[in-house]
Amino acid sequence: MSARAIFTRPARLAAIVPYLWMVLFFLVPFGFVMKISLSQTAIAQPPYTPAFDLTAGLAAIGDALAALSLDNFRLLISDDLYLLSYLRSLFVAVVSTGILLLIGYPIAYGMARLPRRWQGIAMMLVIVPFWTSFLIRIYAWINILQHDGLLNRVLLALHLVSQPVVWLSTESAMYLGIIYSYLPFMILPLYATLAKMDRALEEAAADLGASPFKVFWLVTFPLSLPGVAAGVLLCFIPIVGEFVIPDLLAGSNALMIGQTLWLEFFTNKDWPVASAAAVFLLVLLLIPLLVYDRLQRRQFEEVK
Amino acid sequence: MAAAAVTAGKAGQLSRFNIASLALGLAFLYLPIVILVIYSFNASRLVTVWGGWSLKWYRELFNDAAMIEAAWMSFRVAATSATIATMLGTLAAVALSRGDGFKGRTLFSGMLYAPLVMPEVITGLSLLLLFVALNAERGFWTVSIAHTTLTMCFVAVVVQSRLASIDRSLEEAAMDLGCDPPRAFLAVTLPLIVPAIVAGWMLAFTLSLDDLVIASFTTGPGSTTLPIRIYSEVRLGVKPEINAICTLVIALIAVLIIVASLAAKVSSAKGESAAPL
Repeated sequence: MSARAIFTRPARLAAIVPYLWMVLFFLVPFGFVMKISLSQTAIAQPPYTPAFDLTAGLAAIGDALAALSLDNFRLLISDDLYLLSYLRSLFVAVVSTGILLLIGYPIAYGMARLPRRWQGIAMMLVIVPFWTSFLIRIYAWINILQHDGLLNRVLLALHLVSQPVVWLSTESAMYLGIIYSYLPFMILPLYATLAKMDRALEEAAADLGASPFKVFWLVTFPLSLPGVAAGVLLCFIPIVGEFVIPDLLAGSNALMIGQTLWLEFFTNKDWPVASAAAVFLLVLLLIPLLVYDRLQRRQFEEVK
Repeated sequence: MAAAAVTAGKAGQLSRFNIASLALGLAFLYLPIVILVIYSFNASRLVTVWGGWSLKWYRELFNDAAMIEAAWMSFRVAATSATIATMLGTLAAVALSRGDGFKGRTLFSGMLYAPLVMPEVITGLSLLLLFVALNAERGFWTVSIAHTTLTMCFVAVVVQSRLASIDRSLEEAAMDLGCDPPRAFLAVTLPLIVPAIVAGWMLAFTLSLDDLVIASFTTGPGSTTLPIRIYSEVRLGVKPEINAICTLVIALIAVLIIVASLAAKVSSAKGESAAPL
């Protein structure tokens, strides 16, 4: 037996504890979500008296419907509230991922063009905000966007507007927050592919007479597609289920599915409907999740 | 529009477009945080009116018992979950990169990669339902377990990418020279991946310190974490006191990042560089 083969067996044994942990705390819980999502509203209720308030009017109607139909999934499809919040989540995720790609690509490209010793620093600078709390970064924007916040004061001082503009609780504030929070997730995989790319290919194309746009479109961009795919998935999937950003920056008139789920769970205490919403969301994300899993695994296989 | 970047032509040259996009991008990322920090030292109660420098809000903060308690809770959860997650994540990384093909490997790697992008509302809800089914008392331990589950996946990715860059013939040489596998691992592999393990712990710690959604689902009455506390305050509006606590958290994370990057530097001095992510 070769030395490598001898090493393999204990390495496999190392999987046992984390394997069991992930089965117990990641896989099994999904079983419970499935189970509760199929059960009736009343079963999970005993410890919690339903607390309806006026702000949850629509969801409360949905609740009554669930009790009638006894079918949380049928409710999800039949009630506009859920369908709309699913569609809205997908729409928001598609739009913001698109903007992220448009903003992130030039930044990643600029990083990859820096001299080697500067690249590490630039990467660090992009990673640091990723380490800084999500919540704090959103709060930082509330500071700036509020009625008498910095942005309005600057705009007023420059006479660009005559009255303070309402920024908070708007669509634009939400998109701004999402783009701000997820930008590092887009830049890093793009940078990783662009930095590895052989610059000679671009030069060859340029020497052979391709215009700069053609060089980019026919050489650079196709070669960076793995990074594009990774960045897009890394942003798209979590944005669909995003809760904090729409909750704090967008108004409460149109909800994303993460908020609906949260509302069902914490405000309406309707665990079955919340679970059904989670299952639905998961099914919606299954294909992008599988593609992402594939990409991840291939990446590590390549390194080896 | 990155096409314009190519106009500069030759390799290694920066065009004006490159510099502008980099500068704007970094300004976009940092400006809000810088403004937040500056305003935490504002003497005025009105967050937007500058009233001179002051440490008033920090003093106020230290008198806020509920906030201090939440911070202490978060700190304990982060330290506990990061430590367990680092051990489990490192084991998982070793199994994935050195175990070659084993039964259930596909499921294993899938379970480790999925939580990285899984919407937090799903992870939080599913763990809560498990804890309820197990009749576990919700509080410190349930939040710690939930955070461990999430962050061990990040640790596994960081450590795995480091392991992938280490030449396996080093371990094989040690065994050819008479080491048994555990000894070869401890003597050869482990010292090489220590920087990645340190970076993984830091990442796990900050992720746990940062998490609002999963903690909200899995915590019980009386165990409020710092993000939950900040969130409920933020919903009521901007307060200078919140700027102060946010600044302290940013400072703590900055210190951790400096330590992590120093660890990475030590590792690159030893051999190849370890990417923190």
